[in-house]
Amino acid sequence: MAAGALAVAAEVRARRVTAREVTREALERIRVRDPRLGCFTAVLEDSAARDAEAVDAALARGGDPGPLAGVPFAVKNLFDVTGLATLAGSKINAGHPAATCDATVVARLRGAGAVLLGTLNMDEYAFGFTTENAHHGPTRNPHDPTRVAGGSSGGSAAAVAGGLVPLALGSDTNGSIRVPAALCGVYGLKPTYGRLSRAGAALFGISFDHVGPLASSVGDLAAAYDVMQGPDPADPVCAGREVEPCGPRLDEGTRGLRVAVADGHFATRGEPEVFAAVQSVADSLGTARRVTIPENDRARAAATIITSSEGASLHMEDLRSRPMDFDPMTRDRFLAGALVPVALYVRAQRFRTWYRARVREVFADVDVLLAPTTPFPAPRIGQDVIAVAGVEVPMRPMLGLYTQPLSFIGLPVISVPVAGPHPLPLGVQLVAAPWNEVALFRVAAALERDGVTAARIAP
Amino acid sequence: MSASPDPSEVARYVDEIAPLLGLPIPPECREAVARNLAGLFAAGALLGDFPVGDAETAPVFTP
Repeated sequence: MAAGALAVAAEVRARRVTAREVTREALERIRVRDPRLGCFTAVLEDSAARDAEAVDAALARGGDPGPLAGVPFAVKNLFDVTGLATLAGSKINAGHPAATCDATVVARLRGAGAVLLGTLNMDEYAFGFTTENAHHGPTRNPHDPTRVAGGSSGGSAAAVAGGLVPLALGSDTNGSIRVPAALCGVYGLKPTYGRLSRAGAALFGISFDHVGPLASSVGDLAAAYDVMQGPDPADPVCAGREVEPCGPRLDEGTRGLRVAVADGHFATRGEPEVFAAVQSVADSLGTARRVTIPENDRARAAATIITSSEGASLHMEDLRSRPMDFDPMTRDRFLAGALVPVALYVRAQRFRTWYRARVREVFADVDVLLAPTTPFPAPRIGQDVIAVAGVEVPMRPMLGLYTQPLSFIGLPVISVPVAGPHPLPLGVQLVAAPWNEVALFRVAAALERDGVTAARIAP
Repeated sequence: MSASPDPSEVARYVDEIAPLLGLPIPPECREAVARNLAGLFAAGALLGDFPVGDAETAPVFTP
């Protein structure tokens, strides 16, 4: 099994192993395992070897290659990587010129000593929750290859859960980091909207696009998040906030944090096991408090209208000139999004402002809310409908039932993998007020320490 | 708009509006596009006349 990111960095920095050896072993794992999983769309053997050599050389001359020295990582293929066309899950973009520089967050991870091994599969243009990609094939769940990995950052979650890399980057517009993290059994962070730079990431729903890390432990998640934080003049959405490190705060415990379970919408329409997972987290944190956020179905409706409209507008020229080159999974939805009247879009944005005000009221006396990540564990690849609480519903949009209202207003969320005897992994969302990622990390670290959550990495 | 439009009306909307936008809908996609658009209109109907007060949504633009 692959070691965690910080464990690898400690070994490399102490020169007990070279970054070149770590890289070679990781590339070998990818060569052996990835054909069964379908995570990678490009493997960067040469540039990875060069980056690893640079880390070893820095250490040999007494330099500091960074806190993630020699840590293998990979990124969803919507991030710019120097020398590669940024596919964003499409066939169309394969004809685009290669990127001439890395996305900001990719550059920051490499600057911290991490070694980029390749790019990862996703739903086309991030418009999906399952990574059943018609061009590049489906990404398979490492815990049951007949099932989806979730999406749209499915390659990212499956690469971590499959033991290919200890760290990956994804993006989340309506749930695309949290859903696959939950279905694959790893940790995933969607930070506050505007916290991490989106420069060099292909956008989808510009009002809600976030980027963030997926990892096999809370410490690794914090380490990656910390080196990616900070202002970026290249991204107008990125807030000008200074770095607020979370890694050093992991041992603070949960004392003083007010935790509650999200009731109503977040406690219905799911399988009993997902609510049991939330309850196990609540029990561990000693809370019986329940609070209700109103109008979540309307929040989902508004998020869907905005996402469809903004996503279509970004691809208008290709929708006009070559619609049949889109993935059948996204084509009809993009075309429909292109036909939404502006009045409907503005109405959805106005509702967003209203909903944000209601949720702010909830967080006036709550620090961390608990909610399921998905209403059910990983469905089968190709499955169109699913019975939830005895009612058959379309499977794919249902995966965003509990994630979509939260990204709609940019709240920070960590999806934690719940430990237990379930045959398939389940996730619970830890949700905080904007900019309070540190509260999420304190709770996540306590749950991991107490054995309530644990990443499930394929042996 | 406070009620979901009739599906046949949505199909007619697609047939008439898409060409005006220079967006030819491939015949094999027509039905699914109309179905998806009907879903978006239904989502809009859910927002309908829901009172949001004086919610301001102007993008923040710094000249």
